[in-house]
Amino acid sequence: MNAIAQPTRQLVRMRGRSYVAFVFAPVVPIVGWLEEIDATLARSPGFFAGKPVVLDLSAVDLSETAIMHLVASLEQRNVRVLGIEGVDPVRLTASMPPLLTGGRSCVLMQNELKKPETKPKPTSLLLENPVRSGQSIVFTEGDVTVLGSVGSGAEIVAGGSIHIYGTLRGRAMAGVNGNSAARIYCQKIEAELLAIDGYYQTAEEIDVALRNRPAQAWLEGDVMRIAPLS
Amino acid sequence: MAKVLVVTSGKGGVGKTTSTAALGAALAQRGEKVVVVDFDVGLRNLDLILGAERRVVFDLINVVQGVAKLSQALIRDKRLENLWLLPASQTRDKDALTDEGVRSIIADLRTKFDWILCDSPAGIERGATLAMRYADEAVIVTNPEVSSVRDSDRIIGMLDSKTVKAESGERVEKHVLITRYDSGRAARGEMLSIEDILEILATPLLGIIPESQDVLRASNVGSPVTLNNAASAPARAYIDAARRLMGETVEMMVPTERKGLMDRLLGRRAA
Repeated sequence: MNAIAQPTRQLVRMRGRSYVAFVFAPVVPIVGWLEEIDATLARSPGFFAGKPVVLDLSAVDLSETAIMHLVASLEQRNVRVLGIEGVDPVRLTASMPPLLTGGRSCVLMQNELKKPETKPKPTSLLLENPVRSGQSIVFTEGDVTVLGSVGSGAEIVAGGSIHIYGTLRGRAMAGVNGNSAARIYCQKIEAELLAIDGYYQTAEEIDVALRNRPAQAWLEGDVMRIAPLS
Repeated sequence: MAKVLVVTSGKGGVGKTTSTAALGAALAQRGEKVVVVDFDVGLRNLDLILGAERRVVFDLINVVQGVAKLSQALIRDKRLENLWLLPASQTRDKDALTDEGVRSIIADLRTKFDWILCDSPAGIERGATLAMRYADEAVIVTNPEVSSVRDSDRIIGMLDSKTVKAESGERVEKHVLITRYDSGRAARGEMLSIEDILEILATPLLGIIPESQDVLRASNVGSPVTLNNAASAPARAYIDAARRLMGETVEMMVPTERKGLMDRLLGRRAA
């Protein structure tokens, strides 16, 4: 049995993958252009870190030594050049980055420049005008403050608490997202309905003695309490 | 500068048409060139109140649809040469009104008149929203009772959101006109007081029109109350209101009827 171990042929699989590279197009004087790069780096260090960089030399006419010097200068700034394009191949030595062709331009996502717009969402809503009958104010992100009155047949729905500096004649629903700590405050209570986190009382159930007075409502367990504000 | 004023209320039967006619006549009597426009398509009344019902040939809808020219549809009052009526159609309904049609008519009227008074239909639907759509000012007619006040509150909310002025960030100037006010019943707590109404509506007061037989009498003869009996309590109140619209400062008071002995004896008749 002449068993000759046949080496199993390993298939070399080639995969294509494209990356977006920064293209540097130096202009003369090179010294001035390098200062620009320095300024960019000063503004945001790490701007080019880990990003592939390609040198496009089509706008300048550099000698072999000049190219070598430029690549070295960039390397000093921690900018590693992946390839060079737009130059006569004879000017490139083996120690230099390879010549690239066939690049297509695309829009760069300049993440660093786009200041993260994390303007915090407002957590309260202020209404300077009276809320009229038939109007419905829904603000689930937080508190609602009304400087005027809330008319009969109007409603305020808030994720947080509701503050009314006028008369509350309509409906007020606080803590609609399950916030049982939300409260309702008003300068004068003539409400049609009060609700906090789903627990509600209608006008009929609200103590007559409280009417027309400053009051607040809150939840104690699953019981709604309404008390005068003194 | 022409002013477009809508007379509105939300609730029906509170006195929009009566007030439109009375204010229109009072403004015309003071030399202003006035047109009153009936937006109550299908249920027109302003022509009756002004006594012009036998002279209607073309109407608002005819003009909107281009069947008639504006000048053909305008009816000049026989008593006041400064007062004109643009009647509504009785045979159509409010769907015949279009935003674009109303816009062009109002723009046309602005070039011809000092005041354009739009008599709104009751409700909050198409007729009412188109009547207020292009208004610069609004008179909200309110009776001293809770249902009327709540409907007025609703209408004020719409004036602040659904008008062209509101949509362009400006404000429609609003006035509350309290009609059918009976000081006796208010004193006995059978009606909302003026203070209560103004507190709820949070809108300046234009005038207080007392409950009066003169209003009914004037309507029946087809004459605005300010023309029919200018000395009567409601007429005086409307004339004061018209002067306030023109920018005059007039002391606010509740005009009372001069009561005779019989009135006083029978004054407590249940209404």
